[in-house]
Amino acid sequence: MIRQTVHFLDSRTGAVPFMRKSLRYIFPDHWSFLLGEIALYAFIVLVGTGVYLTLFFEPSFAETTYTGSYKPMQGLTMSEAYRSALDLSFDVTSGLLMRQAHHWASNIFVAAIVLHLLRVFFTGGFRKPRELTWALGLMMLFASLLEGYLGYSMIDDLLSGIGLAIGYGVVLSVPVVGADLALGLWGGPFPGDAAWESRMYVAHVFLLPILIGILMAAHLALVASRHHAQFKSAKRATERKLVGMPAYPAQVPRSIGLLFATAALIFLLGGLVQINPIWQWGPFEVAQGTNGAQPDWYLGWLIGSLRLVPGFDVTIADYNLIPNPFWGGALFPIIVMAVLGAWPWLERRFGGDSHSHNILDRPRDVPVRTAFGVAFFTWVALIFIAGSADRATVFFGLDYEAQVIFFRVAVIVIPLVAFFTTRRICRELKRSEEIGFDQERAEEEAEEEEEAQEAEREKEAAPA
Amino acid sequence: MAPRRILLATAVTALVLAGAAYAQPRSGVVRPPDEARLPLRELGSQLYAGNCSACHGIDGSGQRVPRRTTEGIEGQGPSLRGVGARSVDFYLRTGYMPISEPEEQPTRRRPLFNEREIRALVDYVSSLPPPGPPIPQPHPERGNLAEGYELFVEHCAGCHQATAQGGVTTGARVPPLEDASAVQIAQSVRIGPYLMPKFSERQISDEELDSIIAYAELVSKRPPDEGGWGIGNLGPVPEGMVTWWLGAVVLVLVCVLIGRRLRA
Repeated sequence: MIRQTVHFLDSRTGAVPFMRKSLRYIFPDHWSFLLGEIALYAFIVLVGTGVYLTLFFEPSFAETTYTGSYKPMQGLTMSEAYRSALDLSFDVTSGLLMRQAHHWASNIFVAAIVLHLLRVFFTGGFRKPRELTWALGLMMLFASLLEGYLGYSMIDDLLSGIGLAIGYGVVLSVPVVGADLALGLWGGPFPGDAAWESRMYVAHVFLLPILIGILMAAHLALVASRHHAQFKSAKRATERKLVGMPAYPAQVPRSIGLLFATAALIFLLGGLVQINPIWQWGPFEVAQGTNGAQPDWYLGWLIGSLRLVPGFDVTIADYNLIPNPFWGGALFPIIVMAVLGAWPWLERRFGGDSHSHNILDRPRDVPVRTAFGVAFFTWVALIFIAGSADRATVFFGLDYEAQVIFFRVAVIVIPLVAFFTTRRICRELKRSEEIGFDQERAEEEAEEEEEAQEAEREKEAAPA
Repeated sequence: MAPRRILLATAVTALVLAGAAYAQPRSGVVRPPDEARLPLRELGSQLYAGNCSACHGIDGSGQRVPRRTTEGIEGQGPSLRGVGARSVDFYLRTGYMPISEPEEQPTRRRPLFNEREIRALVDYVSSLPPPGPPIPQPHPERGNLAEGYELFVEHCAGCHQATAQGGVTTGARVPPLEDASAVQIAQSVRIGPYLMPKFSERQISDEELDSIIAYAELVSKRPPDEGGWGIGNLGPVPEGMVTWWLGAVVLVLVCVLIGRRLRA
């Protein structure tokens, strides 16, 4: 049966040599290389659940009266978009499970990308010949942030409306072209005209998924063509010699297992833990708002930066050249993206190492990079935490203004401390290892000497 | 006449209790020793003198100028003349009053007075002229949830959050409504405690108030968590925590488990 199928396919495609090669493709044999795969599998779940949701979602701002089965909203006027999302949650078979699984999958998708990025950064996996793979990964990350933002924004509930108002404000703040840009995108002043909803929809269900899919394909093609980088700890691994496990029988079961585990976790969360209960937020109207409105976690760093930047505009006479939201909402993510994107080239330029590398570093082996990374990601993480300072006030009674002042200082001081501490730790670890090596070598030498002496004594004793 | 006698009696008891107050712990309340035998009005008057008069004035007409008292409180409080049973009942049952640090925002806690003491104080303070509004009697069961949602989002959610979980505004922490009774919500809408604006019956009618209370009680006490575990009904912050502390941790563990080095 299998033989016949393979024969059928081979005689018509000539694919068997390629298949054979694929099955023998060498995969890395370390758990940290599986983090990126989680993102891939979450993406598959996103596409699957997303297709289901598009069958019922109505991307339209047209007004309608709700008559569905959620009692507290019955009789309210709302957009078709919000109405159809309510129906998905209460009246469509499996609709709520799919909605929630889709939303959890998006949160996990970005989390997996971030973990994968950290692994690659701290092991120097972005170095020649893998800079393009790194750049494609970053593009995917930022495309995913936009994709997620549009996804929960187009539902037109109270939270998404507030999120869009902030987004609109940030676009407006772009120097010189901001106003035209915002009006062009939204089709009119906030909340925008009917076309804005279609634009979000087309971008969310078509343009960005395809872009992410293409980037992903290119990313994986580059990974395969350059093969994986490997840790030195793998025996026999050198810059020239690739060590790992073949796709079959080693990696395929692993990957399938991880796919099932990821999907299972996402659907468990989707079925058991409530996410974005839009019926509790209600439909959006421009004049309305709610306290404690927050974006999904992966945009929390932008809310944090908007809050931490002190209030000032750059004005020339009466002309407001750079309105305040630009610093936190636009410049900050551009800086983060630019630093990450430029890092491989910066390291080559200033690290004086333009060689190809297939052996990964241990973080301690490159103290400056590791220290910089810890400082940089601590910086972003602190700003991220500052974004939820209002919740810390509600839960722990911490004074809000005091928190803002604390974070304004902390985002400068703590990364600096992190830099010097990490560099010190890396150097000490390396030194203690070197001492360990020296000690071992010395002991070995001593032992050899002893053995030699013993042999000599025996030799002396023998003639007698 | 009666008011003058009451004032006199209050003044005398204030002096008597001042000594007792001195011996009391700072946060404690001062109680007359023969509490159970006192008639309600008399008990109220004595409790007022011992616990409220330092800031609200011996005759309940308030005190504009800060004044250090035996208890060490900077005595400065608004007039209680004409506030009525509505306010007194609210502030005592939420534990907002008495307050030991007048500069701080009053926060909900277990009331310091027992049921009879509260009734006595409500009775006494509302007896001071002029007469004030009584304790409201809301009927949330008559309210309409959809109307309640619209009014709640329009008037309340900006500070109390859409699911009444509380929040932050400039200068104040906004309490969640989980522990607020229907009567307390009705009272606070009309009184406007601390920084909260007060709403007249022209702004929010009693019928509309019933709808608001019905919706607020629904989302804060019996939130419609159709999607499963509600993780606090706070929106994306707890969702992000679940993503990282549950989702990411579990998946990394799975990676470590199935990614263990194979023996070739």
